[in-house]
Amino acid sequence: MTDLAQPSAARPDVGDMGTGAPLWMLAELTYRCPLQCSYCSNPLDFAAYRDELTTEEWIETMRQARAMGAVQLGFSGGEPLVRRDLETLVQEARQMGFYTNLITSAQGLDETRIEALRDAGLDHIQISLQAGDPEIAAAVAGSPKAHARKLAMARAVKAAGYPMVLNVVLHRHNIDDLDAIIALCDDLGADAVELANCQIYGWAHLNREGLLPSREQLEIAEATTARWRERLAEKGRDMRLLFVVPDYYAERPKACMGGWGSIFLTVAPDGAVLPCHSARMLPMDFPNVRDQPLESIWYDSPEFNRFRGDAWMPSPCRECDERHTDFGGCRCQAYLLTGDPTATDPVCELSPDHHLIEAVRDQAAADHRQAVALTPRNVHESRVFCRE
Amino acid sequence: MNASAEDHIVYRLRPGWRLQWEEAQGRYVLLYPEGMVQLNDSAGAILSHLDGQRDVAALIDALSQQYPEVPADALGHDVREFLTDASQQGWIYHD
Ligand code: SF4
Ligand code: SF4
Repeated sequence: MTDLAQPSAARPDVGDMGTGAPLWMLAELTYRCPLQCSYCSNPLDFAAYRDELTTEEWIETMRQARAMGAVQLGFSGGEPLVRRDLETLVQEARQMGFYTNLITSAQGLDETRIEALRDAGLDHIQISLQAGDPEIAAAVAGSPKAHARKLAMARAVKAAGYPMVLNVVLHRHNIDDLDAIIALCDDLGADAVELANCQIYGWAHLNREGLLPSREQLEIAEATTARWRERLAEKGRDMRLLFVVPDYYAERPKACMGGWGSIFLTVAPDGAVLPCHSARMLPMDFPNVRDQPLESIWYDSPEFNRFRGDAWMPSPCRECDERHTDFGGCRCQAYLLTGDPTATDPVCELSPDHHLIEAVRDQAAADHRQAVALTPRNVHESRVFCRE
Repeated sequence: MNASAEDHIVYRLRPGWRLQWEEAQGRYVLLYPEGMVQLNDSAGAILSHLDGQRDVAALIDALSQQYPEVPADALGHDVREFLTDASQQGWIYHD
């Protein structure tokens, strides 16, 4: 035993040994949600999927995922708290050995429910905030009262002994307010804050012109974050700030989900199984846990195998040294921007379609519209996109 | 191995983190909010002995009994080095 581990040496084995097991399952329990965020990543036609998996179907799905080796489980939505059986599902999942994460807008949360979730064995709660300023928050989420509830619940979560992890989705209407946002998180006593620039899928793509910040806004925000990191370090305050740059301003695409069908799967409210929570927009029919065991969906379905490995890749990815690092980028982004899900992600400077990204950036630099011009994510607007 | 002040430190896993044996992976993993560290055998062995009671000296004792073939000096050295690293990474802490 002379090779005692250095933490840095404890890395996952990444071999070319074929398809490994899924390690992460995101359970989107429902598309129902009391809020109407104009950047919501749910499908535009979410209102068409009303037939949610039952409690028993969710338990069976989790059991299958766990048996395959999945160990991280996220409960999200929509708003997962809308499901009255959330506590039961958490308890079952925890008993199976999952590490259970709740990703919530805090609408529907109160002290009693936090207590019940803790008793059920919930490991972690992440609350999203829309802004530091209540008025901007109300305009973005389509609810005037939501902000106050979020703040109260963030405090209650911490009081219940959980680390307080806040997630703030940044876009052009709140990013200039970042200093106040971080100050608020500091005041609340947050342990970690994700400053995640909204990615342009789903409703955010519909609202792209109204949401994407300009490069100047982004640079100021990064500087603000850096200043705060120093300030926090000086006063010995342990609040981690994670800043996520929007893809549109990155030089290389991200390795979305660690590679298609590689470690991550999402189960949508109706039981459709997706390689990531945005993938439903792709022109593909994804398999459903109601028709097929999860194991055969993961290993054998044409949908999950479609973008595994590198045989599917077009030029320039096919000849590129980075193809095993970023896997050619995001399939949803490629499809949204070029109409072809097999294209190189246009975010990449080497992509023949990169000018599409540059054009959007130029537009973002020139645009000055207000938050009120955004299309709210609600059932009424969604019906427009339903193929019924 | 000389006794040091460090010997009496009681390390604990960071609150909310969990060490778990994963049969499917054949190793210990350290689970934390939305993430996981896959541990090699030695890291898993060390962390599995953190019970909130044992101090560093007792931890090294327990590991020496589990791995009698490893020279005590080398083992003590490696365990201390690992614990220092792991606490710098924020996996474990002490009061
Ligand atoms: S992003 Fe907003 S609208 Fe969409 S599910 Fe989350 S809280 Fe609801
Ligand atoms: S060409 Fe393809 S593989 Fe190479 S960096 Fe760009 S997206 Fe990645």
